[in-house]
Amino acid sequence: MSAEVTIAEVERVAELANLELAAEEAVRMQRDLNAILGYVDQLRQIDTSQVEPMAQVGELFVANQADGRGESLRADVLRPSLQRADVMDSAPETDGAFFKTPKVIER
Amino acid sequence: MSAQESVGPLRQKPQSIRKLRASIAERSQRAIDIAEGYYARIERFNPQINAYLALTRDQAMEQAAAIDAQAAKGDPLPLLAGIPIGVKDVLAMRGVPTTAGSRILEKYRPPYDATAVTRLRNAGAVLLGKLNCDEFAMGSSNENSAYGPVRNPVDLDRVPGGSSGGSAASVAADLAVATLGTDTGGSIRQPASFCGVVGVLPTYGRVSRYGLIAFASSLDRVGPFAASVQDAAEVLHVLAGHDSLDATSATQPVGDYVAAASQDVKGMRIGIPEEYFGEGLDPEVRAAVEAGIDALRAQGCEIRHIRLKHTQYAIPVYYLVATAEASANLARFDGVRFGYRSTSATNLSSMYKLSREEGFGAEVKRRILLGTYALSAGYYDAYYRKAQQVRRILAEEFCQAFGEVDAIVTPTAPTAAFRIGEKSDDPMAMYLADIYTVTASLAGICGLSVPCGTTTAGLPVGLQVLGPHFGESAIFRVAAAVERTAKSE
Repeated sequence: MSAEVTIAEVERVAELANLELAAEEAVRMQRDLNAILGYVDQLRQIDTSQVEPMAQVGELFVANQADGRGESLRADVLRPSLQRADVMDSAPETDGAFFKTPKVIER
Repeated sequence: MSAQESVGPLRQKPQSIRKLRASIAERSQRAIDIAEGYYARIERFNPQINAYLALTRDQAMEQAAAIDAQAAKGDPLPLLAGIPIGVKDVLAMRGVPTTAGSRILEKYRPPYDATAVTRLRNAGAVLLGKLNCDEFAMGSSNENSAYGPVRNPVDLDRVPGGSSGGSAASVAADLAVATLGTDTGGSIRQPASFCGVVGVLPTYGRVSRYGLIAFASSLDRVGPFAASVQDAAEVLHVLAGHDSLDATSATQPVGDYVAAASQDVKGMRIGIPEEYFGEGLDPEVRAAVEAGIDALRAQGCEIRHIRLKHTQYAIPVYYLVATAEASANLARFDGVRFGYRSTSATNLSSMYKLSREEGFGAEVKRRILLGTYALSAGYYDAYYRKAQQVRRILAEEFCQAFGEVDAIVTPTAPTAAFRIGEKSDDPMAMYLADIYTVTASLAGICGLSVPCGTTTAGLPVGLQVLGPHFGESAIFRVAAAVERTAKSE
Protein backbone atom coordinates (compact mmCIF):
# COMPACT_ATOMS: atom_id res chain seq x y z
CA MET A 1 0.00 0.00 0.00
CA SER A 2 2.85 2.36 0.69
CA ALA A 3 4.78 1.53 -2.49
CA GLU A 4 5.86 4.60 -4.43
CA VAL A 5 3.72 5.62 -7.37
CA THR A 6 5.84 5.56 -10.54
CA ILE A 7 5.63 7.91 -13.51
CA ALA A 8 4.25 5.00 -15.53
CA GLU A 9 1.44 4.62 -12.99
CA VAL A 10 0.69 8.34 -13.06
CA GLU A 11 0.40 8.06 -16.82
CA ARG A 12 -1.80 4.98 -16.59
CA VAL A 13 -4.16 6.72 -14.16
CA ALA A 14 -4.19 9.86 -16.32
CA GLU A 15 -5.22 7.65 -19.24
CA LEU A 16 -8.06 6.15 -17.17
CA ALA A 17 -9.19 9.66 -16.21
CA ASN A 18 -8.96 10.98 -19.78
CA LEU A 19 -6.35 13.54 -18.81
CA GLU A 20 -3.33 14.28 -20.94
CA LEU A 21 -0.52 15.49 -18.70
CA ALA A 22 2.47 17.41 -19.95
CA ALA A 23 5.80 15.80 -18.97
CA GLU A 24 6.58 18.31 -16.21
CA GLU A 25 3.00 18.03 -14.96
CA ALA A 26 3.35 14.26 -14.60
CA VAL A 27 6.49 14.69 -12.47
CA ARG A 28 4.74 17.14 -10.17
CA MET A 29 1.65 14.91 -9.89
CA GLN A 30 3.87 11.95 -9.04
CA ARG A 31 5.47 13.93 -6.20
CA ASP A 32 2.11 15.17 -4.86
CA LEU A 33 0.39 11.79 -5.11
CA ASN A 34 3.23 10.16 -3.20
CA ALA A 35 3.05 12.80 -0.46
CA ILE A 36 -0.72 12.37 -0.12
CA LEU A 37 -0.67 8.58 -0.29
CA GLY A 38 2.12 8.50 2.29
CA TYR A 39 -0.10 10.48 4.65
CA VAL A 40 -3.12 8.32 3.90
CA ASP A 41 -1.14 5.21 4.82
CA GLN A 42 -1.88 5.73 8.52
CA LEU A 43 -5.35 4.25 7.91
CA ARG A 44 -3.64 0.85 7.97
CA GLN A 45 -3.29 1.25 11.75
CA ILE A 46 -7.04 0.73 12.18
CA ASP A 47 -8.55 -2.74 12.24
CA THR A 48 -11.62 -2.56 10.01
CA SER A 49 -12.13 -6.29 9.49
CA GLN A 50 -15.54 -6.12 11.23
CA VAL A 51 -16.68 -2.78 9.79
CA GLU A 52 -19.11 -2.41 6.90
CA PRO A 53 -18.14 0.35 4.43
CA MET A 54 -20.41 3.40 4.62
CA ALA A 55 -21.25 5.04 1.30
CA GLN A 56 -23.96 7.43 2.48
CA VAL A 57 -24.51 9.03 5.89
CA GLY A 58 -28.23 8.63 5.34
CA GLU A 59 -27.70 4.98 6.29
CA LEU A 60 -27.34 6.19 9.87
CA PHE A 61 -30.62 8.01 10.28
CA VAL A 62 -33.21 7.40 7.62
CA ALA A 63 -34.66 4.09 8.68
CA ASN A 64 -38.00 5.80 8.00
CA GLN A 65 -37.19 6.21 4.33
CA ALA A 66 -38.21 3.57 1.87
CA ASP A 67 -34.99 1.80 0.96
CA GLY A 68 -33.06 2.21 4.22
CA ARG A 69 -29.95 3.30 2.30
CA GLY A 70 -30.41 7.00 2.81
CA GLU A 71 -32.20 7.67 -0.42
CA SER A 72 -35.84 8.27 -1.21
CA LEU A 73 -37.07 7.61 -4.69
CA ARG A 74 -39.89 9.58 -6.24
CA ALA A 75 -42.87 7.97 -7.94
CA ASP A 76 -42.16 6.91 -11.52
CA VAL A 77 -44.55 9.27 -13.30
CA LEU A 78 -44.16 11.37 -16.42
CA ARG A 79 -43.30 15.01 -15.82
CA PRO A 80 -42.09 17.80 -18.06
CA SER A 81 -38.29 17.93 -18.34
CA LEU A 82 -35.93 20.58 -19.69
CA GLN A 83 -36.63 21.82 -23.22
CA ARG A 84 -34.29 20.33 -25.82
CA ALA A 85 -33.53 23.77 -27.29
CA ASP A 86 -32.49 25.13 -23.87
CA VAL A 87 -30.16 22.18 -23.34
CA MET A 88 -28.69 22.32 -26.84
CA ASP A 89 -27.90 26.01 -26.31
CA SER A 90 -25.06 24.90 -24.03
CA ALA A 91 -23.56 22.35 -26.42
CA PRO A 92 -20.19 23.13 -28.05
CA GLU A 93 -21.48 21.68 -31.35
CA THR A 94 -25.00 20.57 -32.24
CA ASP A 95 -27.36 20.26 -35.19
CA GLY A 96 -30.29 21.09 -32.90
CA ALA A 97 -31.30 17.48 -32.32
CA PHE A 98 -27.98 15.77 -31.55
CA PHE A 99 -24.64 16.58 -29.97
CA LYS A 100 -21.91 16.55 -32.61
CA THR A 101 -18.43 15.21 -31.92
CA PRO A 102 -15.32 14.51 -33.94
CA LYS A 103 -15.16 11.13 -35.64
CA VAL A 104 -15.51 8.18 -33.24
CA ILE A 105 -14.33 5.38 -35.52
CA GLU A 106 -11.39 5.82 -37.84
CA ARG A 107 -11.69 3.98 -41.13
CA MET B 1 -2.87 49.83 -1.52
CA SER B 2 -1.91 48.43 1.88
CA ALA B 3 -4.33 46.33 3.86
CA GLN B 4 -4.52 48.84 6.69
CA GLU B 5 -5.79 51.69 4.54
CA SER B 6 -8.60 49.64 3.15
CA VAL B 7 -9.91 48.01 6.32
CA GLY B 8 -12.12 50.95 7.27
CA PRO B 9 -14.55 51.18 4.35
CA LEU B 10 -14.18 47.52 3.38
CA ARG B 11 -15.27 46.01 6.67
CA GLN B 12 -18.89 46.85 7.28
CA LYS B 13 -21.67 44.97 9.01
CA PRO B 14 -24.88 44.65 6.99
CA GLN B 15 -28.19 45.72 8.52
CA SER B 16 -30.02 42.73 9.96
CA ILE B 17 -32.53 40.85 7.84
CA ARG B 18 -35.23 41.53 10.41
CA LYS B 19 -34.65 45.31 10.27
CA LEU B 20 -34.41 45.42 6.49
CA ARG B 21 -37.61 43.40 6.11
CA ALA B 22 -39.47 45.66 8.57
CA SER B 23 -38.24 48.84 6.92
CA ILE B 24 -39.33 47.62 3.48
CA ALA B 25 -42.73 46.55 4.81
CA GLU B 26 -43.38 49.88 6.52
CA ARG B 27 -41.98 51.70 3.47
CA SER B 28 -39.23 53.60 5.24
CA GLN B 29 -36.77 52.03 2.74
CA ARG B 30 -37.42 50.77 -0.78
CA ALA B 31 -36.04 47.41 -1.89
CA ILE B 32 -34.80 48.99 -5.12
CA ASP B 33 -32.77 51.59 -3.21
CA ILE B 34 -31.27 48.89 -1.00
CA ALA B 35 -30.30 46.88 -4.09
CA GLU B 36 -28.85 49.96 -5.81
CA GLY B 37 -26.83 50.66 -2.66
CA TYR B 38 -25.37 47.16 -2.80
CA TYR B 39 -24.47 47.45 -6.46
CA ALA B 40 -22.74 50.76 -5.71
CA ARG B 41 -20.66 49.13 -2.96
CA ILE B 42 -19.87 46.17 -5.22
CA GLU B 43 -18.73 48.50 -7.98
CA ARG B 44 -16.50 50.35 -5.53
CA PHE B 45 -14.97 47.47 -3.59
CA ASN B 46 -15.19 44.35 -5.72
CA PRO B 47 -12.12 45.26 -7.79
CA GLN B 48 -10.06 44.88 -4.58
CA ILE B 49 -11.77 41.77 -3.21
CA ASN B 50 -12.72 39.90 -6.42
CA ALA B 51 -15.71 38.27 -4.75
CA TYR B 52 -18.27 38.64 -7.55
CA LEU B 53 -17.74 36.92 -10.90
CA ALA B 54 -21.06 37.99 -12.45
CA LEU B 55 -23.79 40.44 -11.53
CA THR B 56 -27.47 39.82 -12.17
CA ARG B 57 -28.61 43.41 -11.94
CA ASP B 58 -31.65 43.25 -14.25
CA GLN B 59 -33.19 40.28 -12.47
CA ALA B 60 -32.34 41.78 -9.09
CA MET B 61 -33.93 45.16 -9.80
CA GLU B 62 -37.01 43.47 -11.23
CA GLN B 63 -37.41 41.39 -8.07
CA ALA B 64 -36.81 44.44 -5.85
CA ALA B 65 -39.46 46.45 -7.72
CA ALA B 66 -41.93 43.58 -7.33
CA ILE B 67 -41.28 43.54 -3.57
CA ASP B 68 -41.80 47.31 -3.36
CA ALA B 69 -45.09 46.94 -5.25
CA GLN B 70 -46.21 44.27 -2.79
CA ALA B 71 -45.24 46.52 0.12
CA ALA B 72 -47.14 49.45 -1.41
CA LYS B 73 -50.29 47.35 -1.58
CA GLY B 74 -49.82 46.41 2.05
CA ASP B 75 -49.55 42.70 1.18
CA PRO B 76 -47.71 40.49 3.65
CA LEU B 77 -44.09 40.12 2.52
CA PRO B 78 -42.26 36.79 2.20
CA LEU B 79 -39.45 35.94 4.65
CA LEU B 80 -36.51 37.35 2.67
CA ALA B 81 -38.39 40.12 0.86
CA GLY B 82 -35.93 42.58 -0.61
CA ILE B 83 -32.90 41.02 1.08
CA PRO B 84 -29.79 41.25 -1.15
CA ILE B 85 -28.16 37.82 -1.38
CA GLY B 86 -25.20 36.50 -3.39
CA VAL B 87 -24.83 32.94 -4.69
CA LYS B 88 -21.66 30.83 -4.88
CA ASP B 89 -20.82 30.09 -8.49
CA VAL B 90 -21.23 26.32 -8.13
CA LEU B 91 -25.03 26.71 -7.90
CA ALA B 92 -27.02 26.84 -11.12
CA MET B 93 -28.94 30.01 -11.95
CA ARG B 94 -31.01 29.91 -15.11
CA GLY B 95 -29.45 31.88 -17.95
CA VAL B 96 -26.68 33.28 -15.75
CA PRO B 97 -22.97 32.37 -16.07
CA THR B 98 -22.22 29.47 -13.69
CA THR B 99 -18.53 28.69 -13.90
CA ALA B 100 -17.71 26.76 -10.69
CA GLY B 101 -14.53 28.83 -10.76
CA SER B 102 -13.34 26.79 -13.76
CA ARG B 103 -12.28 27.60 -17.31
CA ILE B 104 -14.09 24.50 -18.46
CA LEU B 105 -17.44 26.17 -17.65
CA GLU B 106 -16.45 29.71 -18.66
CA LYS B 107 -19.35 30.16 -21.08
CA TYR B 108 -21.86 27.85 -19.42
CA ARG B 109 -25.34 29.21 -18.67
CA PRO B 110 -27.54 26.58 -17.03
CA PRO B 111 -31.07 26.06 -18.35
CA TYR B 112 -32.47 25.75 -14.81
CA ASP B 113 -32.23 27.04 -11.23
CA ALA B 114 -30.79 25.10 -8.29
CA THR B 115 -33.45 24.35 -5.66
CA ALA B 116 -31.65 26.57 -3.12
CA VAL B 117 -31.82 29.44 -5.63
CA THR B 118 -35.52 28.77 -6.33
CA ARG B 119 -36.26 28.83 -2.61
CA LEU B 120 -34.50 32.18 -2.17
CA ARG B 121 -36.35 33.66 -5.16
CA ASN B 122 -39.69 32.41 -3.84
CA ALA B 123 -38.91 33.97 -0.45
CA GLY B 124 -38.48 37.37 -2.13
CA ALA B 125 -34.68 37.56 -1.97
CA VAL B 126 -32.93 39.93 -4.37
CA LEU B 127 -30.15 37.84 -5.95
CA LEU B 128 -27.22 40.14 -6.68
CA GLY B 129 -24.88 37.84 -8.58
CA LYS B 130 -22.48 34.90 -8.59
CA LEU B 131 -19.58 34.56 -6.17
CA ASN B 132 -16.00 33.45 -6.78
CA CYS B 133 -14.75 30.17 -5.31
CA ASP B 134 -12.02 27.57 -5.69
CA GLU B 135 -12.40 25.61 -8.92
CA PHE B 136 -15.17 23.04 -8.43
CA ALA B 137 -15.06 23.97 -4.73
CA MET B 138 -11.68 22.25 -4.38
CA GLY B 139 -9.49 24.32 -2.11
CA SER B 140 -9.11 25.99 1.26
CA SER B 141 -7.88 29.43 0.23
CA ASN B 142 -9.77 30.47 -2.91
CA GLU B 143 -6.44 30.56 -4.75
CA ASN B 144 -7.59 27.75 -7.07
CA SER B 145 -10.15 29.87 -8.91
CA ALA B 146 -9.50 30.25 -12.64
CA TYR B 147 -10.72 33.83 -12.21
CA GLY B 148 -8.14 34.93 -9.65
CA PRO B 149 -8.01 34.72 -5.87
CA VAL B 150 -10.53 36.40 -3.57
CA ARG B 151 -8.91 38.70 -1.00
CA ASN B 152 -9.87 38.81 2.65
CA PRO B 153 -11.58 42.15 3.44
CA VAL B 154 -9.96 42.13 6.89
CA ASP B 155 -6.47 42.09 5.33
CA LEU B 156 -6.14 42.13 1.55
CA ASP B 157 -2.83 40.26 1.65
CA ARG B 158 -4.55 37.26 3.22
CA VAL B 159 -6.80 34.55 1.85
CA PRO B 160 -10.51 34.58 2.71
CA GLY B 161 -10.44 30.80 3.13
CA GLY B 162 -12.10 28.41 0.74
CA SER B 163 -13.64 27.11 -1.14
CA SER B 164 -16.55 29.56 -0.55
CA GLY B 165 -14.15 32.52 -0.29
CA GLY B 166 -16.29 34.94 -2.30
CA SER B 167 -19.37 34.07 -0.23
CA ALA B 168 -17.58 34.77 3.08
CA ALA B 169 -15.71 37.88 1.90
CA SER B 170 -18.81 39.52 0.45
CA VAL B 171 -20.70 39.26 3.76
CA ALA B 172 -17.64 40.54 5.66
CA ALA B 173 -17.43 43.57 3.36
CA ASP B 174 -21.21 44.10 3.21
CA LEU B 175 -21.35 43.37 -0.50
CA ALA B 176 -24.36 41.16 0.36
CA VAL B 177 -26.53 40.77 3.44
CA ALA B 178 -26.21 36.99 3.20
CA THR B 179 -24.82 34.50 0.71
CA LEU B 180 -25.03 30.87 -0.29
CA GLY B 181 -21.97 28.70 0.02
CA THR B 182 -21.24 25.01 -0.22
CA ASP B 183 -19.25 22.84 2.14
CA THR B 184 -17.71 19.45 1.28
CA GLY B 185 -14.87 19.36 3.83
CA GLY B 186 -15.09 22.77 5.49
CA SER B 187 -15.74 25.14 2.59
CA ILE B 188 -18.39 27.16 4.47
CA ARG B 189 -17.07 27.01 8.03
CA GLN B 190 -13.37 27.71 7.38
CA PRO B 191 -13.90 30.86 5.24
CA ALA B 192 -16.52 32.06 7.74
CA SER B 193 -13.83 31.75 10.41
CA PHE B 194 -11.20 33.55 8.31
CA CYS B 195 -13.51 36.45 7.39
CA GLY B 196 -15.26 36.88 10.75
CA VAL B 197 -18.79 35.94 9.70
CA VAL B 198 -21.24 33.15 10.50
CA GLY B 199 -21.31 30.11 8.18
CA VAL B 200 -23.60 27.10 8.54
CA LEU B 201 -23.12 23.50 7.43
CA PRO B 202 -26.62 21.98 7.56
CA THR B 203 -27.11 18.26 8.20
CA TYR B 204 -26.58 16.15 5.07
CA GLY B 205 -29.98 16.01 3.34
CA ARG B 206 -31.37 19.12 5.08
CA VAL B 207 -30.89 21.42 2.07
CA SER B 208 -31.39 20.12 -1.48
CA ARG B 209 -28.30 19.62 -3.65
CA TYR B 210 -30.31 19.85 -6.88
CA GLY B 211 -28.50 22.27 -9.18
CA LEU B 212 -25.27 22.16 -7.19
CA ILE B 213 -22.38 21.26 -9.50
CA ALA B 214 -21.24 18.05 -7.81
CA PHE B 215 -17.80 17.68 -6.25
CA ALA B 216 -18.30 14.75 -3.82
CA SER B 217 -21.96 13.85 -3.70
CA SER B 218 -21.98 12.04 -0.35
CA LEU B 219 -20.35 15.07 1.31
CA ASP B 220 -21.57 18.17 -0.58
CA ARG B 221 -23.91 20.52 1.28
CA VAL B 222 -25.44 23.92 0.60
CA GLY B 223 -25.64 26.43 3.45
CA PRO B 224 -25.80 30.13 4.32
CA PHE B 225 -23.30 32.80 5.31
CA ALA B 226 -24.53 35.83 7.25
CA ALA B 227 -23.27 38.55 9.56
CA SER B 228 -25.15 37.21 12.59
CA VAL B 229 -26.44 33.92 13.94
CA GLN B 230 -30.01 35.17 13.68
CA ASP B 231 -29.62 36.11 9.99
CA ALA B 232 -28.04 32.74 9.23
CA ALA B 233 -31.02 31.06 10.92
CA GLU B 234 -33.44 33.16 8.85
CA VAL B 235 -31.80 32.06 5.60
CA LEU B 236 -31.46 28.39 6.57
CA HIS B 237 -35.15 28.35 7.48
CA VAL B 238 -35.92 29.26 3.85
CA LEU B 239 -33.40 26.79 2.36
CA ALA B 240 -34.27 23.75 4.48
CA GLY B 241 -36.84 21.14 3.55
CA HIS B 242 -37.52 18.13 1.40
CA ASP B 243 -37.00 18.25 -2.36
CA SER B 244 -38.06 15.38 -4.60
CA LEU B 245 -35.36 16.42 -7.12
CA ASP B 246 -32.61 15.25 -4.72
CA ALA B 247 -32.81 11.56 -3.81
CA THR B 248 -30.80 12.17 -0.62
CA SER B 249 -33.03 15.04 0.54
CA ALA B 250 -34.40 14.40 4.04
CA THR B 251 -38.06 14.35 5.03
CA GLN B 252 -37.47 15.30 8.67
CA PRO B 253 -39.47 18.36 9.80
CA VAL B 254 -37.65 21.71 9.74
CA GLY B 255 -37.11 23.29 13.17
CA ASP B 256 -37.73 26.89 14.21
CA TYR B 257 -34.13 28.01 13.84
CA VAL B 258 -34.88 31.70 14.30
CA ALA B 259 -36.53 31.08 17.68
CA ALA B 260 -33.60 28.83 18.67
CA ALA B 261 -31.18 31.68 17.98
CA SER B 262 -32.73 33.71 20.77
CA GLN B 263 -33.17 30.90 23.31
CA ASP B 264 -30.83 30.74 26.29
CA VAL B 265 -28.35 27.88 26.76
CA LYS B 266 -28.85 27.16 30.45
CA GLY B 267 -28.38 23.46 31.17
CA MET B 268 -27.06 22.55 27.73
CA ARG B 269 -24.30 19.93 27.79
CA ILE B 270 -21.31 21.01 25.67
CA GLY B 271 -18.61 18.51 24.71
CA ILE B 272 -15.00 19.67 24.31
CA PRO B 273 -13.00 17.02 22.40
CA GLU B 274 -9.37 16.88 23.46
CA GLU B 275 -8.26 15.88 19.94
CA TYR B 276 -9.18 19.32 18.55
CA PHE B 277 -6.89 21.21 20.92
CA GLY B 278 -3.60 19.43 20.30
CA GLU B 279 -0.46 20.04 18.29
CA GLY B 280 -0.82 22.46 15.38
CA LEU B 281 -3.41 24.68 17.03
CA ASP B 282 -2.29 28.31 17.04
CA PRO B 283 -2.12 29.58 20.66
CA GLU B 284 -4.06 32.75 19.87
CA VAL B 285 -6.81 30.73 18.21
CA ARG B 286 -6.89 28.44 21.22
CA ALA B 287 -7.22 31.40 23.60
CA ALA B 288 -10.13 32.91 21.65
CA VAL B 289 -11.96 29.58 21.50
CA GLU B 290 -11.39 28.95 25.20
CA ALA B 291 -12.83 32.39 25.94
CA GLY B 292 -15.92 31.31 23.98
CA ILE B 293 -16.15 28.13 26.04
CA ASP B 294 -15.85 30.18 29.26
CA ALA B 295 -18.71 32.35 28.02
CA LEU B 296 -20.87 29.27 27.51
CA ARG B 297 -20.04 28.08 31.03
CA ALA B 298 -20.92 31.52 32.41
CA GLN B 299 -24.30 31.33 30.66
CA GLY B 300 -25.15 28.05 32.36
CA CYS B 301 -23.79 25.36 30.04
CA GLU B 302 -22.32 22.22 31.48
CA ILE B 303 -18.87 21.78 29.92
CA ARG B 304 -17.79 18.15 29.49
CA HIS B 305 -14.43 16.94 28.27
CA ILE B 306 -14.90 14.18 25.71
CA ARG B 307 -12.76 12.04 23.43
CA LEU B 308 -13.18 11.58 19.66
CA LYS B 309 -10.31 9.16 19.29
CA HIS B 310 -10.36 8.64 15.54
CA THR B 311 -10.17 12.34 14.64
CA GLN B 312 -6.64 12.06 13.23
CA TYR B 313 -7.88 9.68 10.54
CA ALA B 314 -10.45 12.12 9.16
CA ILE B 315 -8.14 13.91 6.71
CA PRO B 316 -6.92 10.69 5.06
CA VAL B 317 -10.47 9.33 4.86
CA TYR B 318 -11.73 12.61 3.47
CA TYR B 319 -9.10 12.92 0.75
CA LEU B 320 -9.82 9.38 -0.45
CA VAL B 321 -13.63 9.54 -0.35
CA ALA B 322 -13.88 13.09 -1.74
CA THR B 323 -11.41 12.55 -4.57
CA ALA B 324 -12.91 9.18 -5.53
CA GLU B 325 -16.35 10.76 -5.83
CA ALA B 326 -14.89 13.79 -7.61
CA SER B 327 -13.15 11.64 -10.21
CA ALA B 328 -16.52 10.09 -11.08
CA ASN B 329 -18.49 13.36 -10.95
CA LEU B 330 -16.05 15.30 -13.08
CA ALA B 331 -16.08 12.66 -15.81
CA ARG B 332 -19.10 14.53 -17.21
CA PHE B 333 -16.86 17.38 -18.36
CA ASP B 334 -15.88 15.89 -21.70
CA GLY B 335 -16.58 18.68 -24.17
CA VAL B 336 -19.70 17.01 -25.58
CA ARG B 337 -22.86 18.38 -23.96
CA PHE B 338 -21.74 21.61 -22.30
CA GLY B 339 -18.62 23.47 -21.30
CA TYR B 340 -15.30 23.93 -23.04
CA ARG B 341 -14.26 21.88 -26.06
CA SER B 342 -10.67 22.02 -27.27
CA THR B 343 -10.36 23.20 -30.85
CA SER B 344 -7.14 21.28 -31.50
CA ALA B 345 -8.64 17.76 -31.22
CA THR B 346 -8.63 15.47 -34.25
CA ASN B 347 -10.71 12.56 -32.94
CA LEU B 348 -13.10 11.79 -30.09
CA SER B 349 -10.48 10.48 -27.70
CA SER B 350 -8.18 13.47 -28.14
CA MET B 351 -11.17 15.80 -27.80
CA TYR B 352 -11.91 14.36 -24.35
CA LYS B 353 -8.32 14.58 -23.22
CA LEU B 354 -7.46 17.99 -24.60
CA SER B 355 -10.72 19.58 -23.44
CA ARG B 356 -10.09 18.33 -19.90
CA GLU B 357 -6.37 19.09 -19.96
CA GLU B 358 -6.96 22.68 -21.13
CA GLY B 359 -10.12 23.24 -19.09
CA PHE B 360 -9.14 21.99 -15.61
CA GLY B 361 -6.67 23.61 -13.21
CA ALA B 362 -3.84 21.79 -11.37
CA GLU B 363 -5.68 21.05 -8.11
CA VAL B 364 -8.69 19.61 -9.94
CA LYS B 365 -6.42 17.34 -11.99
CA ARG B 366 -4.55 16.30 -8.85
CA ARG B 367 -7.79 15.25 -7.16
CA ILE B 368 -9.13 13.47 -10.24
CA LEU B 369 -5.87 11.51 -10.46
CA LEU B 370 -5.86 10.63 -6.76
CA GLY B 371 -9.51 9.57 -6.89
CA THR B 372 -9.02 7.54 -10.04
CA TYR B 373 -6.00 5.86 -8.45
CA ALA B 374 -7.96 5.05 -5.25
CA LEU B 375 -10.76 3.50 -7.32
CA SER B 376 -8.57 1.61 -9.78
CA ALA B 377 -8.22 -2.17 -9.90
CA GLY B 378 -5.80 -3.43 -7.28
CA TYR B 379 -6.12 -0.35 -5.03
CA TYR B 380 -9.87 -0.18 -4.44
CA ASP B 381 -9.88 -2.31 -1.28
CA ALA B 382 -6.73 -0.77 0.17
CA TYR B 383 -7.86 2.82 -0.32
CA TYR B 384 -11.49 3.50 -1.17
CA ARG B 385 -13.11 0.63 0.72
CA LYS B 386 -10.82 1.18 3.68
CA ALA B 387 -11.75 4.87 3.76
CA GLN B 388 -15.47 4.03 3.70
CA GLN B 389 -14.99 1.67 6.63
CA VAL B 390 -13.14 4.26 8.70
CA ARG B 391 -15.79 6.79 7.71
CA ARG B 392 -18.36 4.64 9.48
CA ILE B 393 -16.19 4.48 12.60
CA LEU B 394 -15.87 8.29 12.60
CA ALA B 395 -19.61 8.80 12.12
CA GLU B 396 -20.54 6.33 14.84
CA GLU B 397 -18.09 7.98 17.22
CA PHE B 398 -20.02 11.25 16.80
CA CYS B 399 -23.39 9.51 17.23
CA GLN B 400 -22.12 8.07 20.52
CA ALA B 401 -20.80 11.44 21.68
CA PHE B 402 -24.19 13.03 21.01
CA GLY B 403 -25.70 10.52 23.40
CA GLU B 404 -23.87 12.39 26.17
CA VAL B 405 -23.73 16.01 24.98
CA ASP B 406 -26.10 18.36 23.13
CA ALA B 407 -23.37 20.06 21.09
CA ILE B 408 -19.61 19.93 20.60
CA VAL B 409 -17.38 23.01 20.53
CA THR B 410 -13.98 23.19 18.79
CA PRO B 411 -11.86 25.68 16.86
CA THR B 412 -13.06 25.97 13.25
CA ALA B 413 -9.52 26.06 11.84
CA PRO B 414 -6.08 25.61 13.42
CA THR B 415 -4.99 29.15 12.45
CA ALA B 416 -6.43 32.51 11.45
CA ALA B 417 -6.31 33.54 7.77
CA PHE B 418 -2.93 32.83 6.20
CA ARG B 419 -1.17 34.91 3.55
CA ILE B 420 -1.90 34.57 -0.14
CA GLY B 421 0.73 32.25 -1.61
CA GLU B 422 1.78 30.85 1.77
CA LYS B 423 0.53 27.29 1.17
CA SER B 424 -0.27 27.24 -2.52
CA ASP B 425 2.73 25.04 -3.46
CA ASP B 426 2.16 22.37 -0.84
CA PRO B 427 -1.09 20.43 -1.23
CA MET B 428 -0.60 18.50 2.05
CA ALA B 429 -0.16 21.70 4.10
CA MET B 430 -3.28 23.12 2.46
CA TYR B 431 -5.30 19.95 3.19
CA LEU B 432 -4.38 20.18 6.89
CA ALA B 433 -6.19 23.55 7.08
CA ASP B 434 -9.38 21.43 7.05
CA ILE B 435 -8.37 19.23 9.97
CA TYR B 436 -11.20 20.33 12.31
CA THR B 437 -13.91 20.57 9.67
CA VAL B 438 -13.69 17.36 7.61
CA THR B 439 -14.95 15.22 10.51
CA ALA B 440 -18.48 16.69 10.47
CA SER B 441 -18.50 16.44 6.68
CA LEU B 442 -17.80 12.71 6.84
CA ALA B 443 -20.30 12.09 9.66
CA GLY B 444 -23.10 14.05 7.97
CA ILE B 445 -23.80 16.03 11.14
CA CYS B 446 -24.54 19.76 11.25
CA GLY B 447 -22.11 22.47 12.27
CA LEU B 448 -21.36 26.15 12.03
CA SER B 449 -18.63 28.67 12.60
CA VAL B 450 -19.29 31.78 14.69
CA PRO B 451 -16.76 34.56 15.38
CA CYS B 452 -15.40 34.31 18.95
CA GLY B 453 -12.61 36.90 18.97
CA THR B 454 -9.54 38.11 17.10
CA THR B 455 -5.80 37.56 17.18
CA THR B 456 -3.48 40.39 18.25
CA ALA B 457 -3.03 41.16 14.53
CA GLY B 458 -6.79 41.75 14.35
CA LEU B 459 -7.60 38.61 12.38
CA PRO B 460 -10.95 36.96 13.14
CA VAL B 461 -11.13 33.60 14.91
CA GLY B 462 -14.07 31.24 14.44
CA LEU B 463 -15.50 28.82 16.97
CA GLN B 464 -17.06 25.69 15.52
CA VAL B 465 -20.27 24.30 17.02
CA LEU B 466 -21.18 20.76 15.95
CA GLY B 467 -24.60 19.21 16.50
CA PRO B 468 -26.20 15.82 15.88
CA HIS B 469 -28.04 14.97 12.64
CA PHE B 470 -30.90 17.49 12.32
CA GLY B 471 -29.72 19.26 15.49
CA GLU B 472 -29.57 22.69 13.82
CA SER B 473 -31.66 24.32 16.56
CA ALA B 474 -29.13 23.28 19.19
CA ILE B 475 -26.15 24.72 17.31
CA PHE B 476 -27.97 28.02 16.69
CA ARG B 477 -28.67 28.30 20.43
CA VAL B 478 -25.03 27.72 21.32
CA ALA B 479 -23.71 30.02 18.58
CA ALA B 480 -26.00 32.86 19.66
CA ALA B 481 -24.64 32.56 23.21
CA VAL B 482 -21.04 32.78 21.93
CA GLU B 483 -21.99 35.72 19.72
CA ARG B 484 -23.60 37.64 22.63
CA THR B 485 -20.36 37.49 24.61
CA ALA B 486 -18.05 38.17 21.66
CA LYS B 487 -20.11 41.28 20.83
CA SER B 488 -20.20 42.69 24.35
CA GLU B 489 -16.41 42.52 24.70
